[in-house]
Amino acid sequence: MDSALIPEGVNRCSFGKFAIGIIIVGGVLLWGVYAMLLIWLKGLNQTNMNDYYGFALWIWADLGVIALGGGAFFTGLLRYIIGKDELKNIINYAVLIGFICYSSALLILAIDIGQPLRGWFIFWHANVHSMLTEVAFCLSCYFAVLTIEYIPLILENRQIDKVPFFHNLAHNMHEVMAIFAATGAFLSFFHQGSLGGVAGVLYSRPFAFREGIFIWPWTFFLFTWSAAAYGPCFTLFVTRLTEKISGKKLVKQNVIDLLAKISGWTMGTYLIAKIIDTWYWATVSAPSMGFNLIDFYSNNSFYGIWILVAEIVICGIIPASILLTPKGRSNSTLLFTAVSLACIGVLLNRWVMVLQVMAIPVMTFENWVLYIPSWQEVATTILPVAYGIILIMISFRYLPIFPQERELNP
Amino acid sequence: MKEEGKHKKAKKYGMVINLDACTGCGACMVACMAENNVPFKEDESNKLDSIAWMRVYKLTNGKSYPEADICYLPRPCMHCEGDHGHSPCVSVCPATATDYNHDTGIVSQIYTRCFGCRYCMVACPYHARYFNWWDPVWPEGSTKYLSPNVSPRMRGIVEKCSFCFHRYQLAMDKAYVEGRTVLEENEYQTSCTQACPAGAITFGDLNNPEHKVHQLAKPDNKHGGRPGNPNVFRLLERLGTNPKVYYMSSREWVRRAGDNYLGDEDFAKTHRH
Repeated sequence: MDSALIPEGVNRCSFGKFAIGIIIVGGVLLWGVYAMLLIWLKGLNQTNMNDYYGFALWIWADLGVIALGGGAFFTGLLRYIIGKDELKNIINYAVLIGFICYSSALLILAIDIGQPLRGWFIFWHANVHSMLTEVAFCLSCYFAVLTIEYIPLILENRQIDKVPFFHNLAHNMHEVMAIFAATGAFLSFFHQGSLGGVAGVLYSRPFAFREGIFIWPWTFFLFTWSAAAYGPCFTLFVTRLTEKISGKKLVKQNVIDLLAKISGWTMGTYLIAKIIDTWYWATVSAPSMGFNLIDFYSNNSFYGIWILVAEIVICGIIPASILLTPKGRSNSTLLFTAVSLACIGVLLNRWVMVLQVMAIPVMTFENWVLYIPSWQEVATTILPVAYGIILIMISFRYLPIFPQERELNP
Repeated sequence: MKEEGKHKKAKKYGMVINLDACTGCGACMVACMAENNVPFKEDESNKLDSIAWMRVYKLTNGKSYPEADICYLPRPCMHCEGDHGHSPCVSVCPATATDYNHDTGIVSQIYTRCFGCRYCMVACPYHARYFNWWDPVWPEGSTKYLSPNVSPRMRGIVEKCSFCFHRYQLAMDKAYVEGRTVLEENEYQTSCTQACPAGAITFGDLNNPEHKVHQLAKPDNKHGGRPGNPNVFRLLERLGTNPKVYYMSSREWVRRAGDNYLGDEDFAKTHRH
């Protein structure tokens, strides 16, 4: 039925099967849209946030998808600026995943603010001292860059490509893509960093606050570094998942191996920095504010020291070790375990830097406050996941995302 | 103006709350809500999402009879200056919707500019900032009793104690008409100060040695406004928020409850004076 739109030389499932998949995921998407409309119409009272949880599930989701979407800027940097040519075989997918992650982040932000119609105030009345201002500017600009990077891929659809104008436009856009990749890397450095800065500058929240250089707390650099390390793991995770679901090998092992190796090294160095940061914070920063490390992990029913161990050891040192060894990278089960753990690790890091910050009492006569999100918050957080799956399904079916697919599946 | 040029020094309005005098009656909370058109819900039992610009906390020393002791601690907005000149909340607001007034030392909230990102609430360790989760609903007929000097807030924005800034504006207007630029101590007082039956709250210009608030706190402006009076302390002094609300108590456990200390830390040494 839609075979004229499918790239030449590749096999795709029947249109009926595809449509059923879209309908099922579309149902979840509509559930999310319903919750989103409820929130826009009735306000944030539809959530379980409160005056102790000004930031909650959504801000975690925002930080999470932006970290996971970091694969786009880092793979782009490696491919176009550093010259790792093999990565051209996975860059399209990295860009698509980045596009989904960043558009999701913007949507979540639009839902999260109390007065959505005033959202533009962040640009109009910008406070240059606020990390959130920097996030808004860089995030919007980088989303524009990702859109520019995604457009040539759309133009390469078999039918659109037949139109000479679009064919030439796509070709010329590819020619100048290095400029956009460099711009994207520059912008990403700042917005990933400023997202880290959002928590790091909170000098009145001892769990979040970090010293740093000039106006940038250490979390600024740690967030950028971790996005560069863990983002490509998400690209590899989704690639492997797509291969499993489609039943096809889509990217050659040497490409996967290279990205995994670079990710492993970035993660390893990040973890050294993270451990030094944690050590200094636990022994110098927090005590100077009257807190022992254990104060942040006791007297409550959820946040124990396990979360620190899970983030740094189980979902940090272990996957980094796997990715750093050739045997680990060549074993597909081990590799998949490593990238999955890494994704959980970065999500855990973002979780504690948002939700644990809110949970910990700062005044001595207050107690820990825990929070469970409402169904509306959960639905609107799942909404971007459903949207992402649909966009991947459509893009995979109709666009030549994987240049090696034909060769690998003759 | 005759007095122009005489009054160059910026004012720094603040409070000293005598915790030994506070009975926890809550009159300050009620007066504040009435004065500032603070909205309320039909069911106010969930304190995590109800608005109280002035909130009275109950502290205990954790000991059993006969050593058991309690203390009530009223907590308005601290109007922090920050040790380095940045209030925790003002510096983080992305839309410049909250501002530090250098003439008065008062941290304001611009309701029409706030778009409800709540970053300021995250930054405030005192939980002095409140979000309007609902549109304000006033019981029938009660809108007639709202103060015309304070604009009610709408759903989706943050609000907080303003040290009754409208009273400052009214007092300044009156002074201007009378050809003055300087206010008398009693010309500008917050509603909570006036409502307190025990006289536990003292309000005034911390920079003015003639004001009682200065005499009680003895603030050392060279060191971030640290109190010179050994019985006076500020909440979370160690974080460097440099608040303008001081507390006074003769009881050491109360003063110690104002900040976090490591188990083996010498409170007397760490407590900065």
